Amino acid sequence: MLRMARSLPEEVLEHVFSFIHSDKDRNAISMVCKSWYEIERWCRRRIFVGNCYAVNPSMVIRRFPEVRSVELKGKPHFADFNLVPDGWGGYVYPWIAAMANAYPWLEEISLKRMVVTDETLELIAKSFKNFKVLVLSSCEGFSTDGLAAIAANCRNLRQLDLRESEVDDPSGHWLSHFPDSFTSLVSLNISCLGSEVNFSALEHLVGRCPNLRTLRLNRAVPLDRLANILRRAPQLVELGAGTYSAELRPDVFSSIAGAFSGCKELKSLSGFWDVVPGYLPAIYPICSSLTSLNLSYATIQSPDLVKLVSQCQSLQRLWVLDYIEDIGLEALAAFCKDLQELRVFPSEPFALEPNVSLTEQGLVSVSEGCLKLHSVLYFCRQMTNDALVTIARNCPKMTRFRLCIIEPRTSDYITLQPLDDGFGAIVEHCKDLRRLSLSGLLTDRVFEYIGTHAKKLEMLSVAFAGDSDLGLHHVLYGCENLRKLEIRDCPFGDKALLANAAKLETMRSLWMSSCSVSFGACKLLGQKMPRLNIEVIDERGPPDSRPESCPVEKLYIYRTLAGPRFDMPGFVWTMDEDSALRFS
Amino acid sequence: MQLVFVGGGGAAAATTASMSTLSREDNAAMSSEDSSSPDEAELELGLGLSLGGGFKNQQVAVKNQYARILTAKDLPSGVSASSSFSSTSSSSSTLSRANATAGTKRSADSVSAAPNGASSQVVGWPPIRAYRMNSMVNQAKSVATEEYSSIIGKNESKTAVLEKTNNGSNINNSKVRTSLFVKVNMDGIAIGRKVDLNAHGCYETLAQTLEDMFLRPTPTINSIRSSAPQHNLMVEATRCPQLLDGSSDFVLTYEDKDGDWMLVGDVPWGMFLSSVKRLRIMRRSEANGLAPSLQERNGRQRNKPI
Repeated sequence: MLRMARSLPEEVLEHVFSFIHSDKDRNAISMVCKSWYEIERWCRRRIFVGNCYAVNPSMVIRRFPEVRSVELKGKPHFADFNLVPDGWGGYVYPWIAAMANAYPWLEEISLKRMVVTDETLELIAKSFKNFKVLVLSSCEGFSTDGLAAIAANCRNLRQLDLRESEVDDPSGHWLSHFPDSFTSLVSLNISCLGSEVNFSALEHLVGRCPNLRTLRLNRAVPLDRLANILRRAPQLVELGAGTYSAELRPDVFSSIAGAFSGCKELKSLSGFWDVVPGYLPAIYPICSSLTSLNLSYATIQSPDLVKLVSQCQSLQRLWVLDYIEDIGLEALAAFCKDLQELRVFPSEPFALEPNVSLTEQGLVSVSEGCLKLHSVLYFCRQMTNDALVTIARNCPKMTRFRLCIIEPRTSDYITLQPLDDGFGAIVEHCKDLRRLSLSGLLTDRVFEYIGTHAKKLEMLSVAFAGDSDLGLHHVLYGCENLRKLEIRDCPFGDKALLANAAKLETMRSLWMSSCSVSFGACKLLGQKMPRLNIEVIDERGPPDSRPESCPVEKLYIYRTLAGPRFDMPGFVWTMDEDSALRFS
Repeated sequence: MQLVFVGGGGAAAATTASMSTLSREDNAAMSSEDSSSPDEAELELGLGLSLGGGFKNQQVAVKNQYARILTAKDLPSGVSASSSFSSTSSSSSTLSRANATAGTKRSADSVSAAPNGASSQVVGWPPIRAYRMNSMVNQAKSVATEEYSSIIGKNESKTAVLEKTNNGSNINNSKVRTSLFVKVNMDGIAIGRKVDLNAHGCYETLAQTLEDMFLRPTPTINSIRSSAPQHNLMVEATRCPQLLDGSSDFVLTYEDKDGDWMLVGDVPWGMFLSSVKRLRIMRRSEANGLAPSLQERNGRQRNKPI
């Protein structure tokens, strides 16, 4: 008679599992056997839900009863560019309400692109006694009243990060709601707030929190106030300055310069709205230890930028406006040999004619000089296949490559050919590429390259590209690790989508807007694929008021265990098994 | 139900060359452009994408492009004509430049005729976050004209239109035109929307868009669709909404930068843009007392220096 060997005691397994943090590994562990599944689920402390509608709160709570940290994402990425109509969804309140009951010891909540209300914030403030971290990234729907509740009630708060959220009617008084006894703050990011905060409350807060490492101020904090703040927090590692402008005066300058040189730990700088170049030398003394510099709101011109970056030999990340120009990027390539990430944003995205001398050459220079470069976001107005091939060869370790040639369908400006070969080289040489955004004139061929070579690709963004369904088919068929695909204004229709329907269950989501997917195909998908939510977003009215062959405006497809959602606004229709009946 | 604008928005427009960049004739021209393209054609355009590849809507696409060009050329100030699409509809967001046949660079022809040199208004392109756009425009503003220097909005989803007229006080000789999204709520409807005011050049198109957004019959929110199709209550849209009828149960109001609620349509369009924080479609019964009578207001405006 066979006897099952005893496995290790639960406590030991749990202890071993406690060293495993990645979700993928944890998921793998849970699939080994039933008892491992049970042990693992009781000791999982962090959960990440990449699409808040893929699962519902009660399912999560049922499986993982002892969670301390939750990360949720709501709207699709294209919502950042106003492609998702307001009111689409992404409401976090139901999650918070469920967790308020189930996870009284919850410590961390991170949300991205979700609708958060003051009511939600108040619920958070009073439900979780040991609440420590709140990160609201690109969220909206709340005001400073909600923030005041957090400030007043979360005694152990360590991090409050509002990055790029939209906060309603801010007034600065919420900051004063942090009680005098509150000293635990480690990270505060209020850079998105429009109004002035109460400066003395801010200074007092900064002064009494000895562990403060990260402070990102908003634009309304003037330069002279910055000096006061820095003097109270010389231990800062990451600083977001506010407005970096004032009348040029030697006393103000030396005050600022002195404050900066007192901050020996500073590694990261951001902010710098309205820069007066005369004040830039105040930061020269700390440049050599900077690893991250975000000057993407600073309208300083290339000579000043060159002077600055040439002193930042430790720089690993640079975000900058295209004022840096090719010449500044050459300097970057020469002096910043540790550079890993570069983002160049357009200063005048709507101007037809270039306002700066930034071309493909700038990026080529950086690729030649910075051998560790692996993450690129580059807005420019011209490109060639040769440049892309060179970049691909220089940076085989590229993991994120996002190129935005501002004018849609721009060809190689020298050969007048499509940029298929250039992007083809990128996917062929950069075998670890996980994220890619395409632009310029592109035919179905580029998608063939992508499907053939981009085996590690997880996220692809496509706009104004391709000729036919074949393009979409190449991607869906060939990209084995594809998780997120977002497409706009491409001639992709029903065929590729229906032929690769099963693929959609292996991905987080697919977004298609201004393409040619018909309503009939959406219905069909909805019928055949019960584990997908097929959302038709159409502001022209119910899709059944038009012929079935009529393309839908926008289509958002995502896998889900939770079935169709119930919080859809009037311009979103879900195609499910019953839709054939309902829409007949 | 139709929306109503109380007050002649266009009346004072002629005298405000520096603020409202559209004269009344331009408003009419834009409206009539809208009315000249039949609904169906416009719908087809959005769907047909006007790309190469044998789309049956190619013809229509070309036709509507023509209409677009005309509209852009009509505007001396060079505001990109986006009157016929709303901020939230990318179906009409085709490019008004010639769609390049493979291998050709976009030629500097008259297709994108906006004299200011700004690229046509494709929603969400180039892909720059609203957050960043607001920041950029606000910085440009601080270099620009003094007229609206006190206007830098608190609400960061708002940016003022940086429209340089013939004064030529441009930054780098080009105009930055970005989105001006403001929230819109309607009494009795739980979920608000957002509308891009910069996609409109006048009150008429804004009103039309809002009618489309809010007065379209929809199933109740938070319920699964019933099987019975909704009866289409909305009157077949005429391109000039019943703005001046006064026949609607609702009025359109806005909150200005001082926190006061005003009736929309009183002031020149440009001035409206610079002070509006958000919109509300209010029941007429609640709007009483919000603003003086039409006559009084027009009288005051004539006397008020612009």
